Amino acid sequence: MPASNGGASPRRAGSDSRDSRGLAPPEGDTTAGGAEPIPTTAPAPIKAVPVRHPGRWVAIAVLAVLAAMLVNTILTNDGFRWDVVGKYLFSPPVLNGLKNTLLLTVLSMLIGIVGGIALAIMRLSPNPVLSYVAGLYIWLFRGTPLIAQLLFWNFLAALYPRLSLGIPFGPEFVSFDTNQLINQFTACLLGLGLNEAAYMAEIVRGGLQSVDHGQSEAAGALGMSRGQTLRRIVLPQAMRVIVPPTGNETISMLKTTSLVVVIGYFELMTSVQRIYSVNFQTIPLLIVAALWYLALTSILSIGQGFVERRYGRGVHQGPTGARLLPRRKTAGAK
Amino acid sequence: MTDNGHGRPMVEAVGIHKSFGHVEVLRGVDLTVLPGEVACVIGPSGSGKSTFLRCINHLESIDSGTMTVDGELIGYRRRGDKLYELRESEVARQRRDIGMVFQRFNLFPHKTAIENVMEAPCTVRRTNKKQARESARDLLDRVGLGNRCDNYPSQLSGGQQQRVAIARALAMEPRLMLFDEPTSALDPELVGEVLDVMRGLARDGMTMVVVTHEMGFAREVADSLVFMDEGKIVEAGTPREVLANPKHERTQAFLSKVL
Ligand SMILES: Nc1ncnc2c1ncn2[C@@H]1O[C@H](COP(=O)(O)OP(=O)(O)OP(=O)(O)O)[C@@H](O)[C@H]1O
Ligand SMILES: [Mg+2]
Repeated sequence: MPASNGGASPRRAGSDSRDSRGLAPPEGDTTAGGAEPIPTTAPAPIKAVPVRHPGRWVAIAVLAVLAAMLVNTILTNDGFRWDVVGKYLFSPPVLNGLKNTLLLTVLSMLIGIVGGIALAIMRLSPNPVLSYVAGLYIWLFRGTPLIAQLLFWNFLAALYPRLSLGIPFGPEFVSFDTNQLINQFTACLLGLGLNEAAYMAEIVRGGLQSVDHGQSEAAGALGMSRGQTLRRIVLPQAMRVIVPPTGNETISMLKTTSLVVVIGYFELMTSVQRIYSVNFQTIPLLIVAALWYLALTSILSIGQGFVERRYGRGVHQGPTGARLLPRRKTAGAK
Repeated sequence: MTDNGHGRPMVEAVGIHKSFGHVEVLRGVDLTVLPGEVACVIGPSGSGKSTFLRCINHLESIDSGTMTVDGELIGYRRRGDKLYELRESEVARQRRDIGMVFQRFNLFPHKTAIENVMEAPCTVRRTNKKQARESARDLLDRVGLGNRCDNYPSQLSGGQQQRVAIARALAMEPRLMLFDEPTSALDPELVGEVLDVMRGLARDGMTMVVVTHEMGFAREVADSLVFMDEGKIVEAGTPREVLANPKHERTQAFLSKVL
């Protein structure tokens, strides 16, 4: 075995340098053609002039000019009114709206994720009733406009003035005034959260189904129950697929919360609109909102990076990942 | 170590039938494996070897016949002359005592080698972490991977992954080990290291049912060898008998191709 290895390696080195003949300095050619391998201790590293990319430099130059123009107009055009932006960026009504945006986003995403996981598990359950009910829910909540759902929850009292817990057609145990139970904020959460759950359910289902069936089989063969298998084996692996679209959903939810204006509630966008409808400083106030949304989105993206690294363990290391990257690079160079 | 002291068979399959839709994959399989014995199953592709193995730990349910492991009916309970399906938790309990090694390893990729081995003792047996880690390290040592505890499966070679998978199955201290072509997905030079581990297990008295194409291993380690074709056991005997002079023409035809 070692003997044959020793014979093979100089031949391989020779063919390598022949492949790169176009790049290699001329001395490389003589060693490649040489009949007897030179008895060196270590092979000399390739000294090649790297490929030039003139196109890249042109592109960078064009972009630099455009960027300079952009900065120039932002600084010199008085229409931006940066003084107004500065005045309102941290003003109490804007911060109040920001607080509601955050609260609504976090809570409705929480409802959406928990509900989505539950719905996805139901959808994949061997019990046909559970699976069907989950399918019906997803169909209904994805199939009707979110605005209609928000209005529905807000005006539930018109449909059911009192809500009660009890046996159908039998006695009631407790009963509530609907308007007291569901205030505006709760209606917002119900509308946003329950709608989000339907979308999250499909994301989670895709994630669960992406995990190789052999994984749950191996866990089952070890005597783990279905619940343990889901929690310890399948869900953690599915997270890798679930997290990126969930990041999308969260960022999208930041802005979707502005729909709560239809039931008279307010958040960042509504606050800003209220201010510019009075003082007509539309563009500066839209910039205020945009800056806050950008800030929140940046924080979320960083958070997403952390979560992705947490669930990418065992996947990014190893030979397959390392082999994929250079291959893509060579494909791009052609 | 695995002798139950009653002399009763570790595996007793009687008249096992199994269909997928209209295709009858197992058509009356009988097999008895005594404690401490190694039974090898050979046969052409699609003959139902994997399906039969998966019936032993109820990864597949059977349509008729009885499957008992160490005297216990698998997947069902008999009360009077009626059979009751076992609940999922009861099936899980039966599976704890039956280790299984898969052709494609099926290691948990998000866990390191030692975490793979610790997983079942910690979640199923609720062994405390420290103790589980110690015995997992011992097991990995035993399969020659004591220095690879903290590697993820993607950082291990196929042979190393399969040895971790064997250690993972052993961590539940099974009475019976099932192997489904454990070396078929391996490069030829890695087959030996896995077979060595299995040889060691056999020497320690583990009862094993091994589906394999490694005739050398079967000849050397197996106490009994069965040849399956089209969902039936066509021929059974000691490896010497079956390999050296097969009686059935289908066995002859198969062996002439693989030997
Ligand atoms: N879940 C399933 N659904 C439908 N058919 C199946 C299923 N599992 C196995 N089969 C069929 O059952 C037959 C036997 O399969 P099995 O995997 O047991 O064969 P095998 O002897 O293990 O073959 P190999 O040597 O290729 O692994 C095959 O025809 C296969 O297509
Ligand atoms: Mg098979």
